[in-house]
Amino acid sequence: MLTAEDKKLIQQVWSKVQGRQEEFGVEALERMFITYPQTKTYFPHFDLSKGSDQIRGHGKKVAAALGAAVKSIDNLSQALSDLSNLHAYNLRVDPPHFALQLLAQSLQVVLAVHMGKDYSPELHAATDKFLSAVAAVLSEKYR
Amino acid sequence: MVHWTAEEKQLITSLWAKVNVEECGAEALARLLIVYPWTQRFFSSFGNLSSPTAILGNPKVRAHGKKVLTSFGEAIKNLDNIKATYSKLSELHCEKLHVDPENFRLLGDILIIVLAAHFTKDFSPACQAVWQKLVTVVAHALARRYH
Repeated sequence: MLTAEDKKLIQQVWSKVQGRQEEFGVEALERMFITYPQTKTYFPHFDLSKGSDQIRGHGKKVAAALGAAVKSIDNLSQALSDLSNLHAYNLRVDPPHFALQLLAQSLQVVLAVHMGKDYSPELHAATDKFLSAVAAVLSEKYR
Repeated sequence: MVHWTAEEKQLITSLWAKVNVEECGAEALARLLIVYPWTQRFFSSFGNLSSPTAILGNPKVRAHGKKVLTSFGEAIKNLDNIKATYSKLSELHCEKLHVDPENFRLLGDILIIVLAAHFTKDFSPACQAVWQKLVTVVAHALARRYH
């Protein structure tokens, strides 16, 4: 459950990401594919080599969706409703515990790499909670 | 037995040489207790864990964090036999403490983030992948007594 303090911290993290969110989205995907090769199963139609247009495009999409989630942090269910349908019915991505957690971890590594010491334990905790909440919404309609 | 390529071993040992075990260990354990508060359950004798600040400054947390990461160091010295290295610790965590193995995975994730924050750009995707493999192997070795 996201507290008021968590929401403040998440806005803080996102403001640091401003202007670079696409770059971060791309890097997160790259790291995810290298670290967790099983996630490639969802992208058989992609060129997964470094710097590919498709990864760039998709990283942009993921970043935009997260940005929208941050803006609608008080109503994630509604804001992510279409994506929730997509992930559950079309993509059938393994539930959060599996695949979405791996993307969440990769995103956090990107944040840590770029923010270094500034990625404090408090920011880390709030971000982890936020990404878990997003993953939970995305898998709401699984069954 | 886990197979490590020469390149993987290089990535692990070269990063490890630069790790301050006391600092990193303390930070990793503190973050585990902060980000996943239920883990505090195993450390009720550690005193004040009431806030992130309290946890970060808690001397018992720091000392134990150092212990935990030092044991990682042992695994790194024995990459070809991590199971044996962790045999006694597995007994302790599984049969005495009854820690759910999921929590080993969580500590692994946290350690990766701590390393990423310390080494920033040097913590390349290849580095992350190899260290992810290492923490997974360690978690598995720790959980062995449950299987």
